[in-house]
Amino acid sequence: MKVGNINIALIGNPNTGKTSVFNQLTGLNQQVGNYPGITVEKKVGVCKLASNLKATILDLPGTYSLNASSLDENVVIELLLNKNDKDYPDVAIVVTEVENLKRNLLLFTQIKDLEIPTILVINMSDRMSYKGISLDIPYLEKQLKTKIALISSRKGEGIEELKNLIVNYKNITTEPSLNASSIDVAYFDSLRKAFPNQPLYKLWLVITQDVNFANLNRNELHNSSFAKSKDDLKRLQQKETIKRYQFINNVLKEGQTIDLASAKDLRSKLDRILIHKVFGYVVFFLILMVIFQSIFDWSNIPMDFIDTSFASLSSWAESVLPAGILTNLIVQGIIPGLGGIVIFIPQIAFLFLFISILEESGYMSRVVFLMDKTMRKFGLSGKSVVPLISGTACAIPAIMATRNIENWKERLITILVTPFTTCSARLPVYAIIISLVIPNKRLFGIFNLQGLTLMLLYLLGFGMALFSAWVLHKVLKIQSKTYFVVEMPNYKLPMIKNVAINVVEKTKSFVFGAGKMILAISIVLWFLASYGPGENFKNAEQIVAKENVSGTNIEGKIASYKLENSYIGLIGKSIEPVISPLGYDWKIGIAIVSSFAAREVFVGTLATIYSIQDSDDQDTTIRNKLSAEVHPVTGEKLFNLASGVSLLLFYAFAMQCMSTLAVTKKETNSWKWPAIQLVFMSGFAYTVALIAYQILKN
Amino acid sequence: MKVSLAQLQIGQKGIIDDFNIDLIPLKLLEMGCLPGNEVQLLQVAPFGDPLYLNVNDSYLAIRLETASAIQVEIPNSKS
Repeated sequence: MKVGNINIALIGNPNTGKTSVFNQLTGLNQQVGNYPGITVEKKVGVCKLASNLKATILDLPGTYSLNASSLDENVVIELLLNKNDKDYPDVAIVVTEVENLKRNLLLFTQIKDLEIPTILVINMSDRMSYKGISLDIPYLEKQLKTKIALISSRKGEGIEELKNLIVNYKNITTEPSLNASSIDVAYFDSLRKAFPNQPLYKLWLVITQDVNFANLNRNELHNSSFAKSKDDLKRLQQKETIKRYQFINNVLKEGQTIDLASAKDLRSKLDRILIHKVFGYVVFFLILMVIFQSIFDWSNIPMDFIDTSFASLSSWAESVLPAGILTNLIVQGIIPGLGGIVIFIPQIAFLFLFISILEESGYMSRVVFLMDKTMRKFGLSGKSVVPLISGTACAIPAIMATRNIENWKERLITILVTPFTTCSARLPVYAIIISLVIPNKRLFGIFNLQGLTLMLLYLLGFGMALFSAWVLHKVLKIQSKTYFVVEMPNYKLPMIKNVAINVVEKTKSFVFGAGKMILAISIVLWFLASYGPGENFKNAEQIVAKENVSGTNIEGKIASYKLENSYIGLIGKSIEPVISPLGYDWKIGIAIVSSFAAREVFVGTLATIYSIQDSDDQDTTIRNKLSAEVHPVTGEKLFNLASGVSLLLFYAFAMQCMSTLAVTKKETNSWKWPAIQLVFMSGFAYTVALIAYQILKN
Repeated sequence: MKVSLAQLQIGQKGIIDDFNIDLIPLKLLEMGCLPGNEVQLLQVAPFGDPLYLNVNDSYLAIRLETASAIQVEIPNSKS
């Protein structure tokens, strides 16, 4: 039996629970990818409707209307206007929320005007009695010319009814719910005559929106008498919005009753504390403390476990596999390389956990509100707080999160400074260096010195982000209007299922994304470190034997000698003059060079290099190997306070992430800004690390 | 009495009268900030900016600068 498929687009305002409806319909049957060519997240899921019918559901980015003001919102319009798109929906589902029905219906009336079969979902029905709201569903269905599913995605109620409506989507009329063309009758009449086969509202969108369209020739519309000035367009859009609200108000006057007496108000009670001029900041600070505590402290236990597991996996693999080049590659290259990334899954998961709880609960908007005035002094927006906090997980999603900053200058500065915040890729580097050079003691018997150092590095990252924002604010001469509109959503208890799916998805894509690169680099490094050009490498055994007649630890010496004369050793040696003023030897140099692809490669690289050097004891952890390392010239420990602090500062400031540069290029649409990031950040890092080492070494 | 939205007292309500459309983002209109709709100033952020409003049953925050471009009519009787 052939299984039929229908395409569904899930559309809705932010904060309507659209994603939980998506999760309810698809369960874990979903995939997250990107739209081709752009970094907008594309979520697709499959839902089984009947034994012979399934639905492919596309969860479109949240949008307030079809008048797009960001890349994410463009995606929605581009899809809905292009009938030839393979994802073009057979049915559109507009998700609204019972408490914000009036505003949410604006988008619904726009979608309806595109003449796509549209189902209206009114979510959070469980809040109706709490808020004293009642709805006349048959009346609303008649007025809005649609079918309505009243559901509670939180309680899983109404989902079956929704599926039924989807199965019978052909019964829904595609007639527009109101006639928006009456805002300028003459204009729309001539438009209708010129393009008789297109829905009017679609033509109107082509005229007003700056997006790409297949099929419709944009220039034809723009060069003709239909072109209008920007100001005229905005006035007409205002008229359109007023018209739509008049319609909605009339419909709701009859179809919705709100009994204010029985409504309970959690919002104002919580707001009184959470955005209070004193308590607001106290609460925010406490939340930050809990987040950092979880990253620094709670995740230590699983991390130690992962570290030792990988060390024993290496020695186990070596003992079972037959000796040979392939085994060497696995034991010395791939396993330690992968260990370097798997180890920070706990930290990333904790960060995404907190960020998604803060966003789901509605608290993040309060932080934006609280911080806006302060952030503006640095040329940033209150909305920059979200990227700066999520930057502690990874700068890439953080930079993408700047899209909702309306003011271009504030947005650009946020993009440029976000990479200074301490991302999770820096954590493994910090963690290993701190454990090597900072004593594990307590200050005043309370504060752990190592934890304190880590805290200090985070503050340094934020401080540097703010400082450079302030400098850019003074230097950049960009005029742009200060549009700033933030919705203050209702407070909601985060749904465990949503949070869990979000954490798993984000962690997975991060680990696999970074994992691929680390695996590739580990293999290349292993090759470069295991082979070398020239006679010195080939005849290492004889040369070492000749020099060391005494004969203690000959094998170790041969391995080191080979490494020094391998390809990687030669590359390392050639860059040594540049990095030795910072206190690094050539092995650290190689690790730094390889981590220009991604910072977390640093630990993996050192692990790979040292595994090759000490191939006889696989079960020692990376930390122990590094701790034993001695500087070839001074004879002191290689990782001492001076070189350690210098390394920490270098990693705090340097721009060492190709993916971040790529995303900056995409978001700013120019190579200029990523180039500035690279040169400024890395130059600054080198200078600071140099000064720190030269002061501390004596 | 007509004042700018920025001059409302906390808790005070008014009816949106008119605004300079060039200074107002379309998104704000779409959130329900339109002539004839009721607006209430709920709270003001620390340091006096931004403002937290209830417009047409939507809860949102805008900056003082944007609020200054919106004229509201305050009903004479205190309600």
